[in-house]
Amino acid sequence: EKTKSSFLNKLSKAVAGKSKVDAAVLDDLEEVLISSDVGVATTIKIIDRIEDRVAKDKYLGTEELNKILREEIASLLAENEHKLDDDDEKKPYVIMVVGVNGVGKTTTIGKLATLFKNQGLSVVLGAADTFRAAAVEQLDIWSKRVEVPIVKQKMGSDPASVAYDTVQSAVKKNVDVVLIDTAGRLHNKVNLMNELTKIKRVMQKVVKHAPNEVLLVLDGSTGQNAFEQAKQFTAATEVTSLAVTKLDGTAKGGVVIGISDQFKVPVKYIGIGEKATDLQLFDKQVFVDSFFSQ
Amino acid sequence: MFDNLSDKLDNALHLLKGHGQITEVNVAETLKEVRRALVDADVNYKIAKTFTDTVKEKALGQNVLKTLKPGDLMVKIVKDELTELMGGDAEGLDLSGHPSIILMSGLQGSGKTTFSGKLANFLKKKKAKNPLLVAGDVYRPAAIDQLHVVGEQIDVEVFSDKEEKNPVKISERAIAHAKSNGFDVVIIDTAGRLAIDEVLMKEISSIHHTVKPNETLFVVDAMTGQDAVNTAKAFNDVLDYDGVVLTKLDGDTRGGAAISIKSVVDKPLKFIGTGEKMEALDVFHPSRMADRILGMGDVVSLVERA
Ligand SMILES: Nc1nc2c(ncn2[C@@H]2O[C@H](COP(=O)(O)OP(=O)(O)OP(=O)(O)O)[C@@H](O)[C@H]2O)c(=O)[nH]1
Ligand SMILES: Nc1nc2c(ncn2[C@@H]2O[C@H](COP(=O)(O)OP(=O)(O)OP(=O)(O)O)[C@@H](O)[C@H]2O)c(=O)[nH]1
Ligand SMILES: [Mg+2]
Ligand SMILES: [Mg+2]
Repeated sequence: EKTKSSFLNKLSKAVAGKSKVDAAVLDDLEEVLISSDVGVATTIKIIDRIEDRVAKDKYLGTEELNKILREEIASLLAENEHKLDDDDEKKPYVIMVVGVNGVGKTTTIGKLATLFKNQGLSVVLGAADTFRAAAVEQLDIWSKRVEVPIVKQKMGSDPASVAYDTVQSAVKKNVDVVLIDTAGRLHNKVNLMNELTKIKRVMQKVVKHAPNEVLLVLDGSTGQNAFEQAKQFTAATEVTSLAVTKLDGTAKGGVVIGISDQFKVPVKYIGIGEKATDLQLFDKQVFVDSFFSQ
Repeated sequence: MFDNLSDKLDNALHLLKGHGQITEVNVAETLKEVRRALVDADVNYKIAKTFTDTVKEKALGQNVLKTLKPGDLMVKIVKDELTELMGGDAEGLDLSGHPSIILMSGLQGSGKTTFSGKLANFLKKKKAKNPLLVAGDVYRPAAIDQLHVVGEQIDVEVFSDKEEKNPVKISERAIAHAKSNGFDVVIIDTAGRLAIDEVLMKEISSIHHTVKPNETLFVVDAMTGQDAVNTAKAFNDVLDYDGVVLTKLDGDTRGGAAISIKSVVDKPLKFIGTGEKMEALDVFHPSRMADRILGMGDVVSLVERA
């Protein structure tokens, strides 16, 4: 709170009665944004916009400036509909969870299952990470912990076949939500990216609309490489939403501003811990505020 | 948009070329590009600033050789400084203990468990050691199973106790087990933790105090952004670790976090992880890393073109 108000004070003092923000203040703003992983290009974009606004609406007070800053940053974040498509025709609602290694996919699935269950929906998990050591056991523990069924095969089996089984079982049992866990993979590995495309295609054999959502999980402490992740996963699977994890740490996750701006994919969830309830719906204002608080 | 530093420098250096001499005025634009490129490669913002200041000092202090154009000289200075910053060539591990104890530390998902397996495999195959893996993560679902699977893959014994919830006790018992069963290296895997999690930082500190490791390694994801400095420093404040392991370098990240970490804690970068398989471990090479951060070796060719 202290840093936040002092930064904003400094900013407003420096522009009070001026039609131009002075360089020192812009340097400070640049530092705040860059240190939050917003990246050079997006930072320049935000600063340009602030300069334009200041030039246009002269004589800004602290409050207006504060507001403008938040508005400009928030405007780069894509709009987010916080609900599942409730079209009954499209049942089950299938969410395929993808991302690079260790970002928090499996944990996010455990949390999502909790969230949906608490909304009164029925859920089934699909253990389509058949590669990483004890990945199935990990999801199995989550399934027991949050008391939702799991569909699994043995390690090393075809992930597409697991996904197929899961969706089929959901149809048969009239389950509302299907959560498909996939193995972590780096986006520059073509074969592994093709495997995702295949998983998607195979699920469509059971229900045409699957997956309703492709959720890309990004680690909040990731730097500029997250851009490339968003780009490549979008190319392979048409990512529809993002989850940013580990925001309970000191990282700010600013890279998602540029990603959201460029790919028009909304951030839907944030992860703030390792427990089943440590998932929140993304709130633009709260997220933006966190950049100016230390 | 340029997509790597070499291009950026090449462009900025047009300003320098023709001047024949590096001056405060003509170097400014180049340094700004260098700084931006470093930040884009995830080098910490402040460290990138300090770095370009150093580069400037070097550039201004030197006479431009007749045979070199100022731009080429700049590139060489940047690359040399970066390499130097990252330290000398790969340092080994202290394996003088009986047994030698190696403790893993790091954030959630950084690659500790995988690296524990890789290191055990490396020591067994390349150093003729008889390592014991210890399952010290009592929190993450299936963490113990994961280490057992890894151990089976490389045929290394894993010490674990699913009933025991205290990793300090698990570690002590594992060391006793190692002593009486002829293991000469004990590798302790630990749970991922945030640097601001006081309870868990206290826990690893207490493991550290109790087992007195020969080597404490900080395992960090090479894709980490600006926060790398905070985390690296916070773990170092608690553990005073001996070396850093950078994982997931098989991706296309520039890995600027390596510079940030080295600058802030001044501990050697020892190993890199280059894949999910047990063989995917390499010793750290500062010059290769510098090339990567600067844009995958293009800078070297830029210098050679001169
Ligand atoms: N502090 C914190 N830790 C998290 C969060 N989300 C996940 N984790 C931890 O991050 C680590 C990796 O999480 P996983 O869910 O296994 O990640 P994954 O993406 O499934 O990993 P792979 O399947 O190996 O690619 C675990 O230790 C989780 O407990 C979060 O929001 N905050
Ligand atoms: N591509 C690639 N993946 C890696 C590398 N090292 C680890 N991984 C993967 O990263 C993910 C996380 O690795 P773990 O070893 O489980 O990480 P951890 O630090 O033990 O995680 P926690 O115990 O949850 O804190 C897994 O999917 C690993 O297979 C690497 O060098 N390259
Ligand atoms: Mg997983
Ligand atoms: Mg682990």
